[in-house]
Amino acid sequence: MSAIHIVVFLPLLASIVAGLSNRAFGITLPKIVTTAGLFVATALSWSIFIPFLTGTAQAGVAPVSTWILSGGMNIAWELRVDALTAVMLVVITSVSALVHLYSWGYMSEDADQPRFFSYLSLFTFAMLMLVTANNLVQMFFGWEGVGLASYLLIGFWFRKPSANAAAIKAFVVNRVGDLGFMLGIFGTYLVFGTISIPAILEAAPSMAGSTIGFLWFRADTMTVLCLLLFVGAMGKSAQLGLHTWLPDAMEGPTPVSALIHAATMVTAGVFMVCRLSPMFETSPTALAVVTAVGAATCLFAATIGLVQTDIKRVIAYSTCSQLGYMFFAAGVGAYGAAMFHLFTHAFFKALLFLGAGSVIHAMHHEQDMRFYGGLRRHIPLTFWAMMVGTLAITGVGIYEVGGFAGYHSKDAILEAAWAAGPRGYGAFYVGTFAALLTSFYSWRLMFLTFFGTPRWAGSEHIQHAVHHPHGHHGHDDHAHDANHDMHPAAEDAGHAPSTHDPHASDVVEGTAGYHPHESPIVMLIPLIVLAVGAVAAGYVFNHWFIGADGGETFWKGSLFFNEHLMHEMHGVPLLVKLAATIVMLIGLASAFYVYILRPGTAAGIADTFRVLHRFLLKKWYFDELYHLLCVRPAFALGRFFWKRGDEQTINRFGPDGSAALVGFSSRLAVRMQTGYLYTYAFVMLIGLTAAVTWAIAS
Amino acid sequence: MNGFPILSVMLLVPAVAAMLCLFVSANAARWTALAATLVNLVLGVLLWSNFDIGGAQWQFVEAPALGDFGVFRYALGIDGFALMLIMLSVFLMPICIGASWKSVTNRVPEYMALFLTVEILMIGTFAAQDLLLFYVFFEAGLIPMYLIIGIWGGANRIYASYKFFLYTLLGSLLMLIAMIYMIRTAGTSDIPTLMAYDFPVQVQTWLWLAFFASFAVKMPMWPVHTWLPDAHVQAPTAGSVILAGVLLKLGGYGFLRFSIPMFPEASGELTWLILTLSAVAVVYTSLVALVQSDMKKLIAYSSVAHMAIVTIGLFAFNQQGIEGAMIVMLSHGLVSGALFLCVGIIYDRLHTREIARYGGLAINMPRYAVFFLLFTMASIGLPGTSGFVGEFLSLAGTYRVSTWAALICTTGIILGAAYSLYLYRRIALGDLVHDDVKAMPDVSMRELAMLAPIAAVVLWMGVYPESFLAPMRKDVGLLLARIERAAPVSDSRPTAGNPAAAAAHAAEHGTGGGEAAHGESH
Repeated sequence: MSAIHIVVFLPLLASIVAGLSNRAFGITLPKIVTTAGLFVATALSWSIFIPFLTGTAQAGVAPVSTWILSGGMNIAWELRVDALTAVMLVVITSVSALVHLYSWGYMSEDADQPRFFSYLSLFTFAMLMLVTANNLVQMFFGWEGVGLASYLLIGFWFRKPSANAAAIKAFVVNRVGDLGFMLGIFGTYLVFGTISIPAILEAAPSMAGSTIGFLWFRADTMTVLCLLLFVGAMGKSAQLGLHTWLPDAMEGPTPVSALIHAATMVTAGVFMVCRLSPMFETSPTALAVVTAVGAATCLFAATIGLVQTDIKRVIAYSTCSQLGYMFFAAGVGAYGAAMFHLFTHAFFKALLFLGAGSVIHAMHHEQDMRFYGGLRRHIPLTFWAMMVGTLAITGVGIYEVGGFAGYHSKDAILEAAWAAGPRGYGAFYVGTFAALLTSFYSWRLMFLTFFGTPRWAGSEHIQHAVHHPHGHHGHDDHAHDANHDMHPAAEDAGHAPSTHDPHASDVVEGTAGYHPHESPIVMLIPLIVLAVGAVAAGYVFNHWFIGADGGETFWKGSLFFNEHLMHEMHGVPLLVKLAATIVMLIGLASAFYVYILRPGTAAGIADTFRVLHRFLLKKWYFDELYHLLCVRPAFALGRFFWKRGDEQTINRFGPDGSAALVGFSSRLAVRMQTGYLYTYAFVMLIGLTAAVTWAIAS
Repeated sequence: MNGFPILSVMLLVPAVAAMLCLFVSANAARWTALAATLVNLVLGVLLWSNFDIGGAQWQFVEAPALGDFGVFRYALGIDGFALMLIMLSVFLMPICIGASWKSVTNRVPEYMALFLTVEILMIGTFAAQDLLLFYVFFEAGLIPMYLIIGIWGGANRIYASYKFFLYTLLGSLLMLIAMIYMIRTAGTSDIPTLMAYDFPVQVQTWLWLAFFASFAVKMPMWPVHTWLPDAHVQAPTAGSVILAGVLLKLGGYGFLRFSIPMFPEASGELTWLILTLSAVAVVYTSLVALVQSDMKKLIAYSSVAHMAIVTIGLFAFNQQGIEGAMIVMLSHGLVSGALFLCVGIIYDRLHTREIARYGGLAINMPRYAVFFLLFTMASIGLPGTSGFVGEFLSLAGTYRVSTWAALICTTGIILGAAYSLYLYRRIALGDLVHDDVKAMPDVSMRELAMLAPIAAVVLWMGVYPESFLAPMRKDVGLLLARIERAAPVSDSRPTAGNPAAAAAHAAEHGTGGGEAAHGESH
């Protein structure tokens, strides 16, 4: 029993205790058990992580038990701890512990809190199993475990049809990715005869240049395997094509969005590519695909983020976009930079989400930014926390001095893309442009929410709150009902464009007499802690994650560390180094102009580029496309196979047919038996004639 | 266990109890049946704990001199496969009796006697060491099932029971002809001997097809699966549990015991047929399951899809495939049995199988919702549950034979998630809208006692499947040793790597330094 056992299994134990005690012990005990468990796990995680920073720790594997033993396939439950795992451990447990704490406040009016905390801890356990996996199948266990927890938490308010739909969508779309992951595992086992990650990584270089048959074609073995596995990563990390579940996942409570859909689970794909980096390095084709998908997602999600009006959805698309950065960093070989961005992103994105949660809490569950405005004086702490998060995500910093977390990690990614040569140039340009968009939509969020004049009067939620100020008994239910009422409109913004185009004239200004309150202290503490992370994580840790010499000794081979590339990064042209800062300033300036100086401009632009605006508002029509190409055909085919296949073909010619045939032939036989002598005589005559003819003819 | 005829006793206990049932009151019949099935469960545990893992292939062999009837012999004995399937049978039996405790009210003694007869026949089928003895047990199983559906079934029970009977009988007759031919040619009806007997290759194909006709229906494989939805829908809850839990495993057991070891060449040649039918089945029946509005029909169709994972695994000709197929059989027996129990629990309360009539059960039946979720997840194949272990191994084995079949069958994990979660959502989630649904009480202690043991085993098999794999390992090895010569050619066939050329290639991309760094790191 070592520290890592406790880190991983304590959340599971807490989850079980909280889950089983549901309703029996009240709601406080489960909350204490899970939260305390997570804080213990966090402390232990940091105690595991810090020795890796000082270079005193060694990678190791802690055995637990056998799992599946079948022929040459030896799958064990075991916990791997190396630098890569240690990074993930601190990210997961720290954010999870803070989210647990935050939920004390955010979920305080919910009757089902034990269930909520149980799910949160279950998620943490599954995520820890994922990152400590020493073989691909245990990684898949964690992979699916977090998928389950995500399903349960997105659908936590299970009375809401939209939440249930989003939960199923998340699970099923992820399963599409899992199909690739599973086939990747099968292929890997076939090629290497093992599913142990270290063994595969050791053998991978020697398989470079081999070919393998897959379906109808033969292709480079490592390319096939890497791409199959990457499909899994795309699903979990919501990359272009398999991203559609992530925005819908915002149906879940906001702490869930912060933990699962920003800081941890969605980064599992990036983690997987980094963990298997020596394998990906053997296939330039696979890396090119990773780069292209990452860059495409990074841009695509950012464009959608520009026009969304739901505060959580803006942040969700932002997450999707940031994951794109991590992938193309991995694609160009800068795995350290990918992990660095994963690390800093966890802090500032969790901060942004929890900040958004605090805003939503203050605004009585209103999530539409068009009904915000002028909040900075009412909830100052939340405002400053969100401000730090925004400074971090947009990458504010001063060249050669330092800056917020995102400044270090995002700049490193862009520099690495450039330094990687021709294969990274495209990603560099796309990434830089996306950084401009990032800056714009992030500041748009800030300006719409915290600046300008209050536009609260137009919100149904606020009106509700004002008219029923003492309805706290029913608050919870009513909030959910209200959410439910509002959602069809907010989520499908664009179905009724007249009410959703941000025309200034539609906006009702005024506070409606509502007074937003700052969130309770349990919600503010996590914000403050994360804000510290968002400020300092980049500056403090960049030496270990991406330093040309520091990285080599820190990672110790737990990922493919391209020292050469890290050196190159420092030699890129000055303009490349400053590019991110320049576009950040352009984005800030234009957002400031559009939303503060000339508040009517946005509507004008939207009007001018009506088609484009609508295209973005409808999220590039992916949902509609998939509905048309997958969902409807699946149901139609199902009905076709059932009615036409089973009932009208198989049954008709099978059992029912043979039963009918028996009936028919017996009726025929009955008719032959007429009982009249002349009939029999006639038949005999025919038979005799036939026999004689045959005899003569032959 | 020396000399103690435990297998015969396991046949005798339900036989005596069945007789007894016929002469007592309804309530006494229930208790008698429960007691008998529990005794058999205990005997089953003894059987398992005394099974010598890695020992002789055939254990607990009984071939009494008195049992020689010239044409066939009363000879029993089990290997690892049979042991596991017998365990499944004796484990599910008391649960079936429990499920019928309150829902069956007319002709209780006859009902219980028939269920005990089913138990005898199932154990007999798995334990028989004589071809004809096997045939008798195998086919006789039809009769009680036919009666259970036909007498205690739903509104359209007569049609369903006839369909069930006709379908399964037709295949069986072909198998009987093949068996008679085999006995005449080989001069013995002893199964272990026949398993090592080499029939001429051209004859094998015909024999294989004759057996296939029977097993494919029992399995059931597409397109001879249409009896299953009707039989399930009409059968009483316990009937569905035993049908899905054990009777569907007879087909898979048949392939494993007869088709593959006795006709290895034919199996190898006809693998394409099995793979094609299975791949079609997975996609076809999963899509059909998606559009069902009747709970039982939905689960019945999902069973066909799961059984297809068994057949591809069996015909993968490698250890993962066969072991995976066996675990899928065991897992599906537990999980689909449990799902039918879940359906039965709410059917007992509302008397409808219409999915749309339910909704929001998580609110007033939270415990039920938890169990239902667990079994739904196991059915989807979530790692940590039994469903995953089987599915994963079986598909991994299949991939080594055919990437096509593996790809198509693995889409089952997507479609399975879709129809299962869609079902769960419509039953357990959402708001409570109907007043009669609102009034439904949560699971009773009796129902809890049925669901909890299955849940425990599902998790056990998911987290530590070694307990279940170990007894079968040696038998899989023996089987593979016999059939290896006929194994189909894989379509993957990776060539050896050429790192030197690849490194030169990588150097062009400017990652040469990285390559070196990587070399040091390992």
